[in-house]
Amino acid sequence: MKRFLIKRLLLSVVILFFVSMIIYSIMRAMPTSYVENKARQMASLPGAKSYEDWLEQLEESYGLNKGIVPGYAHWLSKAAQGEFGDSWSWNVPVTEKFKSVIWYSFALAVVAFVLQVSVAIPLGILSARRQYSRTDYTITVFGLIGISLPTFFFATILKWIFSINLGWFDLYGIVGRMHLQLDAFGKIMDMAAHMVLPVATLTIVGIGSLMRYTRTNMLEVLNSDYIRTARAKGLSENRVINYHAFRNTLIPIVTILGSSLPGLFGGAMITETLFQIPGIGYTAYQSMVQGDIPFSMFYMVFLAFLTLTGTLIADILYAVVDPRVRVN
Amino acid sequence: MSDNLKNEELNEYVSASTALDDEQRVKVLSPGMLVAKRFIRNKLAMIGLVILIFMFIFSFVGGQISPYGEAEVFRTTEVVLKDYAGATYSDEYLYTEQEGLKLPSAAISQFILAVNKKQDTFEAKGIQYSLIEEGQDFYRISGVSEIGKALTLRGISSYTETLEGSLTDTIKAGYEAAVKDGLSEFEVDGIVYLITKIGKENSIGTVQDIALATKRIFNTYANDTTLTYQFKFATLKAIEEDVKNFDVNGITYTITEGENDTATISTADGVNFASVSKLVVRPMSNDVFLSVDFKTLVENAIINGEKSIVYVDENGEENEYTITNKDKQYTIRRLQETVVNALYSEPSKEHFLGTDGNGMDILTRLMYGGRISLLIGFIAIGIEIFIGVILGGLAGYFGKWIDTAIMRLVDVFNCIPSMPLYIILGAVMDYYRLAPQTRIYLLCVILGLLSWPGIARMVRGQILSLREQEFMTAAEATGISVYRRIFKHLVPNVIPQLIVVATMGLGDIILVEATLSFLGLGVKYPFASWGNIINAVNDVYVMTNYLFVWIPAGMLILLTVLGFNFVGDGLRDAFDPKMKR
Repeated sequence: MKRFLIKRLLLSVVILFFVSMIIYSIMRAMPTSYVENKARQMASLPGAKSYEDWLEQLEESYGLNKGIVPGYAHWLSKAAQGEFGDSWSWNVPVTEKFKSVIWYSFALAVVAFVLQVSVAIPLGILSARRQYSRTDYTITVFGLIGISLPTFFFATILKWIFSINLGWFDLYGIVGRMHLQLDAFGKIMDMAAHMVLPVATLTIVGIGSLMRYTRTNMLEVLNSDYIRTARAKGLSENRVINYHAFRNTLIPIVTILGSSLPGLFGGAMITETLFQIPGIGYTAYQSMVQGDIPFSMFYMVFLAFLTLTGTLIADILYAVVDPRVRVN
Repeated sequence: MSDNLKNEELNEYVSASTALDDEQRVKVLSPGMLVAKRFIRNKLAMIGLVILIFMFIFSFVGGQISPYGEAEVFRTTEVVLKDYAGATYSDEYLYTEQEGLKLPSAAISQFILAVNKKQDTFEAKGIQYSLIEEGQDFYRISGVSEIGKALTLRGISSYTETLEGSLTDTIKAGYEAAVKDGLSEFEVDGIVYLITKIGKENSIGTVQDIALATKRIFNTYANDTTLTYQFKFATLKAIEEDVKNFDVNGITYTITEGENDTATISTADGVNFASVSKLVVRPMSNDVFLSVDFKTLVENAIINGEKSIVYVDENGEENEYTITNKDKQYTIRRLQETVVNALYSEPSKEHFLGTDGNGMDILTRLMYGGRISLLIGFIAIGIEIFIGVILGGLAGYFGKWIDTAIMRLVDVFNCIPSMPLYIILGAVMDYYRLAPQTRIYLLCVILGLLSWPGIARMVRGQILSLREQEFMTAAEATGISVYRRIFKHLVPNVIPQLIVVATMGLGDIILVEATLSFLGLGVKYPFASWGNIINAVNDVYVMTNYLFVWIPAGMLILLTVLGFNFVGDGLRDAFDPKMKR
């Protein structure tokens, strides 16, 4: 186990190296548009230096006068020490901005995740138990619609119904207009109210795949020999399903849930952007569109790191949950 | 499925005949037919297939049938109330000057002061003026007009003439006599001349009518007529004295008085020449000439308190005008037809789903948008499969270091967060201002290049297990080349799974493309895409009021992706021999 972990960790570092290199080269392909904009702005101030002078000075201060390879080496040497530099568009250290926004995303993702799991798994199992029944078809269609729904379209429909027609929630943002006048409890409730629509969007859009996955696995288990044996023994159907089948279905499900845990920190970029929730996703979106290289680099590498952690967790959990699997 | 049905199926293969003929053979369905049969029995898959067929017809045939172009902008005429003219009752004096004479503005202000104080003389810039009240609000202003200057030193005078020959010898003689006597005025041939001392010089001037001031407005029937001082004076005088006819420059005019201090002046042959009223009607723009008829109509409407008038102009066009009154300022608005882009017009017979924010037909845009969305999906999935199958096949077949290298590459690509990368690349494309056409091609390539790892992994896994089977040992034993072994014997066995993954992947790619276009980073105007049609909802007003703009596009995306997922799901079930139905 120890050797396996060390090997995997080393591999992850190598992969991260290449991923960040690719991302850095692409970011640099966006030819310093942020810096050019800024230089133009600075040069237009009264009594300012010329645009070329500003451009030169800014490029130097942002480390853009180096070529892509030395630039990347510079970035890497800093990043390895945990220094990701100052965000250009937010004017604060990247890590500071990250700390201030990550919890919105995390709260959003955790609530949606819990809802997804608590709806998708029971429905998936129900669907598998009654294969090809009307219930199964309904659940399958519902799940597939969830998968097929474009996030932005569903979010717009929700906004149209609940914000515009019913007026229950605000269209955008995480806090209402009267937020500062509210007491501590009121503030939390205010933010919770603003989270309802984004959570609903994330849950509905994400529920389908987990449900289908549960159904497929449950079907596989239900078709296996030991279930037939259990039934042959004369066990009640409930015991067969809840005790024998369910536990075995849990193996792949726990694995996939474990692997999606790191993703909870990744932020839901599209949903956050649509509802303007100031989480990591929305912040990153704004940074990327503005060409803020330090923040975008940090965000992308962070996402890659989360993906790698997810697969690692999945492999470990697989070994832990299923005693037949040996990691080596 | 019920047992009955199963028995029936079984009975199909049992023949009643006892002879050894074709009928007696065991009927075996080919694997392909089995799959097809299983697929057709799947209701959801069939629904999905119907949806997809509809989408293809809608997108690829629809665009041909639609009478409109992809980026055809529709225009519509809209009736808008436009300011046409303004009217106000004149309570200021209007001045008409004699030809060749000038009433300076300083004199005008002094004149008004004098009228208010009821004086009959005033002075401006050293010149004396006198005003003669000829009637109500009707004054004649006369003043000294200089005809020459004289510098008189020790009895000898030198003259400067304003106009050549204006100072005749008799005037000069009269002047010299007056200077000698110390008089300030003298008379020659019945005309009184005034001498005004300006510095060392003496100015010699005549007393003359310079201008007339009245509050009445003169309107002419013809556009190019200018009314002279003499005409106006004679007219006003005639109105004051209640005379019906008067002569100016040998032409006889007739006055017909109307209501409310209005009068019409016509020439002897009965042609209307000018009119007088107290209402000023001015056009809002310079290129409009308002006829006297129109002005009269407006005046009557204002007097009678009417809110709207209908006027037929000289071209025979009938227009409706509305009159609004604000602090005695009347504004005349015309209902004017203007051609505008048909923005967000409601669904109608011409446009079944209305028009969008650029005035383009939404239904047609949806058709072309579907074409682009589907094409991008197919090209991207093609690239994806091409790379995935080659790399996955190589990795699976060769194993060892090739496998390791390729799988690490897969890991790297798998780790690159795709959505953020698409957004950055979209922004890069924005920066370079790529042509919309090029953008579409690049989008296909990018989508394909970033999503192949899944397919490579799947192909490798399948080939790893297929490699160990007997038919591969046989293939190796017969000495078939490696290329043929991989791509003729192994890959075809992966095709079922490949079809399933590709079908579902198509749905995903359409979703990604729609999302990017929605964010404004994918397909761009003038090309349509379902995503960039929904983009209009970023304007909350459109979201609230124009459902027909964004609901159909969203439903089409949903249905198409759903169709691909239904079919993919059905195919997976159909290909999977373990699935018993």
